[in-house]
Amino acid sequence: MKVLVANRGEIAVRVIRACRELDLSPVAVYSEPDEEQLHCRLADEAVCIGPAQAAASYLNADALVAAALETGAELVHPGYGFLAESASFAAACSDAGLVFVGPSPETIRAVGDKAAARETARAAGIPTVPGSHGVVAPAGVAAVAEEVGYPLLLKAAGGGGGRGIRTVETPADLDAACAAAAREAGAAFGDGSLYVEKLLVGARHVEVQVVGDRAGTVAHLHERECSVQRRRQKLVEEARAPALRHETRDAIAGAAVRLAESIGYVGAGTVEFLLDRDERFYFIEANARIQVEHPVTELVTGVDLVKEQLRVALGERLSFGGDVAIHGAAVEFRINAEDPARGFFPSPGTVTALHWPGGPGIRVDTALQAGTKVLPFYDSLVAKLVVWGRTRAEALSRARRALEEVHVEGIETTVPFHLRLLDDSRFVEGAYDTTLLEDLERAPA
Amino acid sequence: MTEPGEIAVTSQLPGTFYRRPSPDAEPFVSEGDPVEATDTIGLVEVMKSFYEIQAEHRGIVGRFLVESGDPIEAGQEIAVLWARE
Repeated sequence: MKVLVANRGEIAVRVIRACRELDLSPVAVYSEPDEEQLHCRLADEAVCIGPAQAAASYLNADALVAAALETGAELVHPGYGFLAESASFAAACSDAGLVFVGPSPETIRAVGDKAAARETARAAGIPTVPGSHGVVAPAGVAAVAEEVGYPLLLKAAGGGGGRGIRTVETPADLDAACAAAAREAGAAFGDGSLYVEKLLVGARHVEVQVVGDRAGTVAHLHERECSVQRRRQKLVEEARAPALRHETRDAIAGAAVRLAESIGYVGAGTVEFLLDRDERFYFIEANARIQVEHPVTELVTGVDLVKEQLRVALGERLSFGGDVAIHGAAVEFRINAEDPARGFFPSPGTVTALHWPGGPGIRVDTALQAGTKVLPFYDSLVAKLVVWGRTRAEALSRARRALEEVHVEGIETTVPFHLRLLDDSRFVEGAYDTTLLEDLERAPA
Repeated sequence: MTEPGEIAVTSQLPGTFYRRPSPDAEPFVSEGDPVEATDTIGLVEVMKSFYEIQAEHRGIVGRFLVESGDPIEAGQEIAVLWARE
């Protein structure tokens, strides 16, 4: 049975590996400049779906469905990003008789619009960050803002990946922020509608991994800590979240399962929360797809989440249940083609030399090889270095050793940033929140 | 390619070139518009981030050498300006 892998880069490679282990035949897709990429070589077949620009290739639903039908693929795995959370793409797959590896179009819609997702969470009895009910018309934003209180966040209802969000400190900044957020949201997502949330300063970003099967069972695989963020882009994630009370872990896991059950969730998904200093938790959004940071959960639970996605899509029951045991600690470091010495400026180019670390407790998910062109048309993530240790301290000492072993020539990467992070006492102690990076960037190098 | 009296505007970054701030907006500048050195004439999208391309010279927009939405290389000429007093 063939699976169309409707993505590129490290996640396409990850899905191809899961297919192989399940004796499924992976079919890759590629844009014209991606023909030599690793995912094309690891798959059984590869189909060109268009030119470099994602809008004409990896976001081209018609071309992807046609590629699946032409090669006789029966399943379509969207990875993350691109069309992974497109209800219309999921619907186009099922209309063409293909199995979309993910939730139903209705479920994707219930959480895909971020303002609607807040209502879904409230209906399931889960606290949300104080803010507007649903989207707000431009004329009504000022009144809602007054009610919510400053500082606040303006967020795009169709947003994701930290884009289409503006912080507003005072009423004087509101008009300009509205225009900027709506413009960015319109450009990135084709939908400029906005909603308002109170800004929780010093909050932690913690998310829960859930998986559901077609028999209606939803189970969780514990939480991940994702507070190491720069401009709302995650850079480091870990499992479990350090220094949380048992009751908090249980409460957010229970809330995540309840939300997923309330919308008949099938497949892998993530429910994201903000936790304030008293560990009061608030739902922020749910992601109806595999998450970039899924490997940390895999390393501490032993569950292969991508294989689980494929098995569930084929109609099988979850392979695990109950309170899944946790072994050790895992941390993921996102290696992006960005220059941390120049404000994380993008660094596309050709990789001329490359060495990845190995040894105990090290996993590298990447599509990068010596000679690979890192193209400006796509995401800057080129590798995920994931470390495991029996304790968090062991994982962090392995992380330093592994990061020092990384050798990449031809592009700049975020490796120096990660080494600096490992010198920060708050990070090392696990006592950090989403303000960690602002503080780190203000401090002299 | 530029003729005498023409100035090329280049992009230092590779990526996808856009002439408008968002799909529904008016172009930053059109042929015949006067521009100052600090005026934005387009955007380049690099790894999902957007960077402005400035005119770098005072002049009049002559013609664009790249269509909006086209991929560009680092150092590629994007537009031609005519010098003005």
